[in-house]
Amino acid sequence: MFADGTAGSADVGSLWRRARSARCEAKSCQTGEISTAEAAVQSRTSQDAGVQTDQSKDAAQDFQQEVQVDSAHLLSFLQRVEDVVIKELNKNWKSHAFDGFEVNWTDQNETVLCLHKLSYPEAQDQKLQVTSVSWNATGSVVACSYGRLDDGDWATEKSYVCTWNLDRRGLNPQRPDLVVDVPSSVMCVAFHPSQPSLIVGGLFSGEVMVWDTSRLEDPLILRTGMTDDTHTDPVYEVNWLPDAKHRNHFQLLSASTDGKILVWREERDSRLALAEGFALVAQQIPRSIQLKKLARGEAAVGVTSLSFSHFDPRMFVVGVEGGYSLQCSTAVETEALHRTGSSVPLRAPAELAFAPHGGPVYSVSCSPFHRNLFLSCGTDGHVHLHSMLQAQPLLSLQLSKKYLFCVRWSPVRPLVFAAASGEGDVQLFDFEKSSQKPAVSIKQTTGESPVYCLEFNVKQTQLLAAGDATGTVKVWQLSSDFTEQRLREMNHLEQLASEVTD
Amino acid sequence: MAEAKAEVEETLKRIEAHKGVVGTIVVNAEGIPIRTTFDNSTTVQYAGLLQQLTMKARSTVRDIDPRNDLTFLRIRSKKHEIMVAPENEYLLIVIQKPCE
Repeated sequence: MFADGTAGSADVGSLWRRARSARCEAKSCQTGEISTAEAAVQSRTSQDAGVQTDQSKDAAQDFQQEVQVDSAHLLSFLQRVEDVVIKELNKNWKSHAFDGFEVNWTDQNETVLCLHKLSYPEAQDQKLQVTSVSWNATGSVVACSYGRLDDGDWATEKSYVCTWNLDRRGLNPQRPDLVVDVPSSVMCVAFHPSQPSLIVGGLFSGEVMVWDTSRLEDPLILRTGMTDDTHTDPVYEVNWLPDAKHRNHFQLLSASTDGKILVWREERDSRLALAEGFALVAQQIPRSIQLKKLARGEAAVGVTSLSFSHFDPRMFVVGVEGGYSLQCSTAVETEALHRTGSSVPLRAPAELAFAPHGGPVYSVSCSPFHRNLFLSCGTDGHVHLHSMLQAQPLLSLQLSKKYLFCVRWSPVRPLVFAAASGEGDVQLFDFEKSSQKPAVSIKQTTGESPVYCLEFNVKQTQLLAAGDATGTVKVWQLSSDFTEQRLREMNHLEQLASEVTD
Repeated sequence: MAEAKAEVEETLKRIEAHKGVVGTIVVNAEGIPIRTTFDNSTTVQYAGLLQQLTMKARSTVRDIDPRNDLTFLRIRSKKHEIMVAPENEYLLIVIQKPCE
């Protein structure tokens, strides 16, 4: 069925190749001749040389020997200038032309400015007054307490503690950063010296409370409650007291018009428990020979103000309603008479009484620059500059025709203090400028509403906060005169202190 | 020569004995200190800077009034009074504390 077969081959000529070769043309091209040339280059001969300086040990000392000094020439020069130099030396030594002169190369704040006018409208609606102000440890937060100072009645209306952070952007002077509601008038507040969020407040009811401003929900962290130990009168001064045994621990000190000064320590259940206490009793107040008999009555020993010495942690000065200032010590051993009911025996702290004011003392302030100096002021409108070494004041200045509610030394200028007056002025007094009249008197309120409290800012020394009866806290920026310590200012203060008369 | 040298010392001692004088430096025309009571670095600094300042002060005075000339330079600082007695060949620098 199948058989081999051979098929014949077939040739197919290429049409394409034929067509191409028919059109092919030969052409030639050439680039132009590249001209080249040769040249010889050779570097010059070089040479190395070593250079080194000699290490001379005392080149600077050598100048005296090396420099040729023509002694004769030098002598004639010196003889020519000697007279004039000696004349100038004598002149300069005797000259007092530059005494007290200081160039200030930095920009000056010439005037005292009101930076902020802070208030809490709700408290103002209740006609509450600012009873106390305090700066916190960083110097950027100011706290004020609301209450009443003109009303002796047992107040039951609620009150507030407000804080403002002045460094905060978008600060609203009418809206405090924090408002703490307090069941009774707050008479005094004090920020913790190192922890920026802790404030202690003393109440009209006699209670002492501690708030933590970082806890927005319930800032109250410690309170004394109403026990037998609690003050029976309004607390007019609270203070943080470094604990002698534990560093970084603080106890609280409160002073009240019931004549007691109590020290509180932290207990469990956010309670403050009495650690130790002092009581002023009229009979136990030391009488100095120069003083007449004490004014009658126990009421005279109500403590209205207290200030610790900056030099001796045990020493403090209190101002009492009887018009006296008393130098006291926490190291006393004598027990106070007539005091019962408290869980800790109370001691009598008074060591020395100073000449009285014409009415209750409202404020005392120990000098941060001199261990013996302190200021007191009161309802007689006078400020007394006292030395701890004598009963009579070194100076007595009438700064107000009404009351003086607060006096504070400047933390930076040893010779400057500020006083808050019943006429609504903040008086800045500079002993260097005048020992009779204030250097600057700032009008804080209109219409003679009294200024109740003021406080310098220790961190931002140009700031001063003052609170008044209209419920407003004003933050003042002080001029450079009040913020820069002068030459020889300490000597001047020393002189003031040494003018002891007896 | 030695006599002149001794007398130079004596003159300077007299100046140094004055109240409040902290020290003296003598500088020659090239600005090189030739006698000093201070240590090296202080001397070099005072000599170099004060020579420049004195020359500047002198040219200022003479630019303002060509017939005028600098005779003495006193510089009051917070801590010291620096006095410079200038002349063509030498500068005498005296540092004094101000009176208390």
